[in-house]
Amino acid sequence: MKKNITILDYGSGNILSAMQSFSRIIKSNELDADICISGNPESIKHSTHLVLPGQGAFETCINGLKSIPGMLEELNKYTLEQKKPFFGICVGMQLLANNSEENGNHEGLGWIEGIIRKLPSKNLKMPHMGWNSIKVLNNNFKITPKETDYYFVHSYYFDCKHQENILAETNYGINFPSIVCKENIYGFQFHPEKSSDQGLNIIKSFLEL
Amino acid sequence: MLKKRIIPCLDVKDGRVVKGINFVDLIDAGNPVDQAKFYSENGADEICFLDISASLENRDTLINIVKKTAEEVFIPLTVGGGIKSIDNIQSLLKAGADKVSINSAAITDPNIIKNSSNYFGSQCIVVAVDVKKNENSWLVYSHGGTKNTGIDAIEWLRKVEQLGAGEILLTSMDRDGTKLGFDLDILAEANKILGIPVIASGGVGSIHHFYEGVKDGGADALLAASVFHFNEFSIMEVKNYLKKNNIDVRI
Repeated sequence: MKKNITILDYGSGNILSAMQSFSRIIKSNELDADICISGNPESIKHSTHLVLPGQGAFETCINGLKSIPGMLEELNKYTLEQKKPFFGICVGMQLLANNSEENGNHEGLGWIEGIIRKLPSKNLKMPHMGWNSIKVLNNNFKITPKETDYYFVHSYYFDCKHQENILAETNYGINFPSIVCKENIYGFQFHPEKSSDQGLNIIKSFLEL
Repeated sequence: MLKKRIIPCLDVKDGRVVKGINFVDLIDAGNPVDQAKFYSENGADEICFLDISASLENRDTLINIVKKTAEEVFIPLTVGGGIKSIDNIQSLLKAGADKVSINSAAITDPNIIKNSSNYFGSQCIVVAVDVKKNENSWLVYSHGGTKNTGIDAIEWLRKVEQLGAGEILLTSMDRDGTKLGFDLDILAEANKILGIPVIASGGVGSIHHFYEGVKDGGADALLAASVFHFNEFSIMEVKNYLKKNNIDVRI
């Protein structure tokens, strides 16, 4: 079946990088797939794979999503009712939580239970920027990433309520979830699209869902 | 464990690499995309393009290069040189750059740091600071190190962090091109006062200098140009050396 990949454009960040990495996987694996960048909720209806990138502040991102009429409805339908594959990156992953403590208190999508909190600095440089390793905690999901280094840039983390939603964790002062997962929903704190071959492999596994 | 990053820097002029790899049989050695790809496949943790084009018309050329690089290279890309406005930053980020590095424009108008980090997030705003030692302190230089601003470097670093910079690219003009190693004093001083990552630059001549930059200077990342371009040693040789000496790097 032909895959229809949609990268959601809601005015946040470096969408092109996400697009390029997915295009690369399609090309090098000769997948039968179309990929589009779209901010139109209608395009979600026709999608088989949905990607939510995110950069900058939580509040700006969630407001960006909410400001598009019909967006939340279509997102909920796609992810929670139809249970089709969903891929959140960085703030796009954090948006899955119930709420965020970044600059106040802001409500998220609430798809995976948890709260976005500030990483305790403990004399560590902030943001947590650069390549860091991950430890896989849960092998029950269809995506099994390699336990190696991935590229991170963030100062807030996903304080996940249920251990079973943590696919992998990373240490920077504390252990925090670097990949969260619930059924068809995958969220990555690091940037798979900027994490060389190991990152591209994750994208490939996602497209195989 | 967060790894120390090794970043090769390529000078790009009018769309062509003018200071880049000199030892590999690249089909087109002046092509920034080929050079960036080579480094990303050979251990670089990030790529840095420094645009040294003289004229503004060539900015479009740079944008195209960034676009093509983002199609081929899947590690972070920082672009600097001649950035003057929020519009400049936006067009580079839109083309696929992950971070931009601002230097002279921040000195002319420090608000560009605040405005751009508010707008795009501080994670993509690198402030490049060129310093020269003056008796017991360091002064900030602008315009490619040609103009003494008279600003005290430590004060400037504090201010830049406060304004929202996500990272500092700290270059010692005294050491740049000398191969005597990083200026470890200013590096250590900067790391003591800053809570954001610092990239050390200027002066690398030996593999051991990288080690000193981390061990004595406390750098989070190390940037070098000619030692890599002339294959005096490879990025992997540097990383293996650091790893052997108990510094965490991505192998």
